[in-house]
Formats: sequence, structure tokens, C-alpha cells
Amino acid sequence: MSPVGDLGRLEVSVKHKAFSAATGGTLRVIDGLTFSLGRGEVGALVGPSGCGKTTLLRIIAGLDPDYEGSVGLPDHGRLGMVFQEPRLLPWRTLEQNVRLAAPNATDADLDALFAALGLSAHRHHYPGELSLGLARRVALARAFAVHPDLLLLDEPFVSLDDALALRLRDELAELVTRRPVTTLLVTHNVEEAIALADRLFLLSPSPARVIAEVPIERPRSPRSPEELAALRGAIARKLKGA
Amino acid sequence: MALRLLSLALMLVAWYVGAQVAGPRMLPDPQSVALMVVSEAQSGALAFNLGATLLRVAVAFFLAMALGSIMGLLMGRYQVADWLGDPWLVVLLNLPALVIIVLAYVWAGLTETAAIAAVALNKLPIATVTVREGARSLDRGLDDMAQVFRMGAWVRMRHVVLPQLAPYLAAAGRSGLSLVWKIVLIVELLGRPNGVGFEIGTAFQLFDVTRILAYALAFVAVMLVIETFLVQPIERHVTRWRPRTA
Repeated sequence: MSPVGDLGRLEVSVKHKAFSAATGGTLRVIDGLTFSLGRGEVGALVGPSGCGKTTLLRIIAGLDPDYEGSVGLPDHGRLGMVFQEPRLLPWRTLEQNVRLAAPNATDADLDALFAALGLSAHRHHYPGELSLGLARRVALARAFAVHPDLLLLDEPFVSLDDALALRLRDELAELVTRRPVTTLLVTHNVEEAIALADRLFLLSPSPARVIAEVPIERPRSPRSPEELAALRGAIARKLKGA
Repeated sequence: MALRLLSLALMLVAWYVGAQVAGPRMLPDPQSVALMVVSEAQSGALAFNLGATLLRVAVAFFLAMALGSIMGLLMGRYQVADWLGDPWLVVLLNLPALVIIVLAYVWAGLTETAAIAAVALNKLPIATVTVREGARSLDRGLDDMAQVFRMGAWVRMRHVVLPQLAPYLAAAGRSGLSLVWKIVLIVELLGRPNGVGFEIGTAFQLFDVTRILAYALAFVAVMLVIETFLVQPIERHVTRWRPRTA
């Protein structure tokens, strides 16, 4: 694992990452991508689909050691992660799924988490008995239950219907406000990023690098439609100007 | 359930009719076989021989399953282990059971160790191949999840890997149990002084078909009991999380 970041910051510097293509030759996915995130901040990596966001997240999570560069994790480097799919163990109940990932979580802690995510009634259900929306919440509960030093979210609301995605996003915003944790969110949805993050990192198309950093004023608070439109416009211009 | 019983009754009828046609020397009727079972049970010979065979089946089965599972898991997960192990597997898979048994007896003498080793070696490659297939289809996503959340080796094995292997282990166990008991009989016939196989060998030399059927059916009954009261409850427990189809 990589050295611990300075002062509890997340420091990412991936100089080079490539895959060998099936047809021979190599495919450059990431090229000179650098950013850092302060303790307790929520950062959002925003970029077009297929620009290497998931690859970057896997590198930060230590799942892909095959790259040039360095990753410094905040504090003790304890990770909580929500994958694109819930990735629950189908043969264990919800509660067991969370407890297996977070063996040190207290009962009170779990009670509060389950209540906050509307899962209390389902503790003893198996994942196969749940809708995708509920399974996503379990994945969120699992990630929070470990009290991570860094929370990684890989498109956590993808393939949910809009209303449900919106509700889960609000719940997540509330959770992050209530128990601050350094969080890195990967998304292709600009609105989602604005609603959740302290700062946005805009990524170029593949090979990915950071083309602009956009701090968000008054993060996770209600915004007027005009304000939102102005922010989106500014971000769209930056994405195009790359 | 009613259909099963009906089918069983039909089998008995067919047996009875066959016995009348073929004569008691070739095929004794169900009644005389049942009487033979009772008399062997009364003398204690039945329990002794069944016990001896069952013990060999149990030891050989667990040896083969344990070693086969470990090897299958290693070969399914690590390419190097697969390359190293595969030629051995192909050789063992294609070596006739009889050759393994005879060689074991020649090399290690007519001993209990040789008998059990021979049976276990016959079952080992099949268990290995089945579990290897399971290990190859392990979900990488769940592996990543376990790694990110830093689950310990034991937790990973018990809660992530073994449940995924369960259907393969069950398949290997099911087919293995029936295979092992058939090979145990041959091993006993060739070089053991007791057990169901030895009794059947003796009966064969005396052309005593009644005794052959009595021992064979008694052992089938024992295996049925094991299947109903051991294998099926375990299977139900392991698959409890699957949503039931109505």
C-alpha cells in the first residue's frame, strides 16, 4: 500500500496507466492525473463515460497496483467503498453483510445507520429479496459502518430511476454532513456532483487528466435554479475548453 | 410421494415376476432375500461387514474431498498451480480404477492403508476437477469487495469463497459418495478379509445370488438413509438464502 498522505489529505498522482489491448498494443487510460483532497472534504471526479474514472478509483482503492505514480491515503487508510453494483454477499443477511465488513461497529452505530437509510425493517433479509435501490443503500451502510478514512463512491446511483436517485442523493448528503468523512465520488452526472461535493475535478476524455478544479460554495445546501444553471454553464464551458 | 411409492411397488412386482420366470438359482424372490438379510443381521455379520465398509467409505471420501477441494481451489485460482497439477490430473483421471487398486496392493501390501489410499486416489481427480471449475468461476467483484474492506483470510474463505463453491462441493460430494462406495467394494473383493465386497466375493464363488442381493440391498438402504438424513439437510441449510420458487 502507498504511504500515508500529508496531514490526512488524499494525494493522488497517477503519471501513467495503460492496458494492453486485446488486439495488441497498449491503450493509455490515464496520463498525468494529479489532485488532492483535504480531510473531511467531498471531491467529485466528473468526466465523460469511459474516460478511466473507474480505473482511477480502483488504483486509489489499491485494487490495481499496475500503474506509474503514487497514491497517499488519508490517516490510517481505512477504506469504505460503494461499487457500481451493490456487491453484497447473497448468502448473508443485510446485517451480516455489514458486520462482516465492519466487525468493530457497535450495535448502536448500526441501528442509527440502518434507521437513517430506511433499512431497519430489512436487517434480516437476504440481498436477493431486495430491490436494487435497497441493495444500494446496504452498500452505503456497509461503507459508512467501517468508519472509513476515505470513502470511495463509484457512480453510486447509476441505473436507479430519477426520483429514487434523487432521494438517495439527499440521504447521502445528509449522512456526509452528519458524519464528515473524506469522500471521493466518481460520476458522469454534473448535477449529482454539484449537489454532493465541496470541489469538482473535471476530467478530460481518455487518457484522463484533470483539466479544471471547481470549488463549490456552500456545499450540500439548497440552490436556486438560476444559481444551479450558472454553475452548470461554467462547468460546461470548462469541459469544452479542454 | 405417492408416485414414488407406486414406482417402488412396481419394481418389487417386476422382481417377483422375474424370479418366477428365472428360477431361485438365478434370481431369488424378494422374500428369500429379506429372510437372508434378517438371518445375517441376527448373526451380527451384517452389521460387522456394513460397518467395515462404511468406515472405509467415510475415510476415503473425506480424504479425497479434503485434498481434492484444496487442490481444486489452488488450481482454479493460480495459473501456476494449474499448469503444475493438470498433467497429474489427466493421468489420474484416465487411469482405470482397477489399475490403481492393484498397484496399491502390490506396492503397499494387502493393507487397510493401501485399500483406502486406492479408493481415495480414484475419487481425488474428479473432486479436484469439479472444485477447480468452481474456483474458476469465483466472482472477482466480491474478491475486490473483500480486499477493499480488508476482510481477514478466514472471513474471506468462510463467507465469500466457500458459499460460492458450495454447489460444486455438493456436486462433487454427491457423485463422490456413490463412486467411492462402488470402488470400496472392488477393493474389498480383491484384498480385504471383511466388508460387503468381501462377502459378495465369497457369495460369487458359491454362486449364492440370495446373499449377493441381501448385502447389496442392505448397503443401498444405508446409503439412502445417509442421503436423506445427512446430505439433504446439509444442502437445505447451505441454500437457505436462495429465494424459494413457489
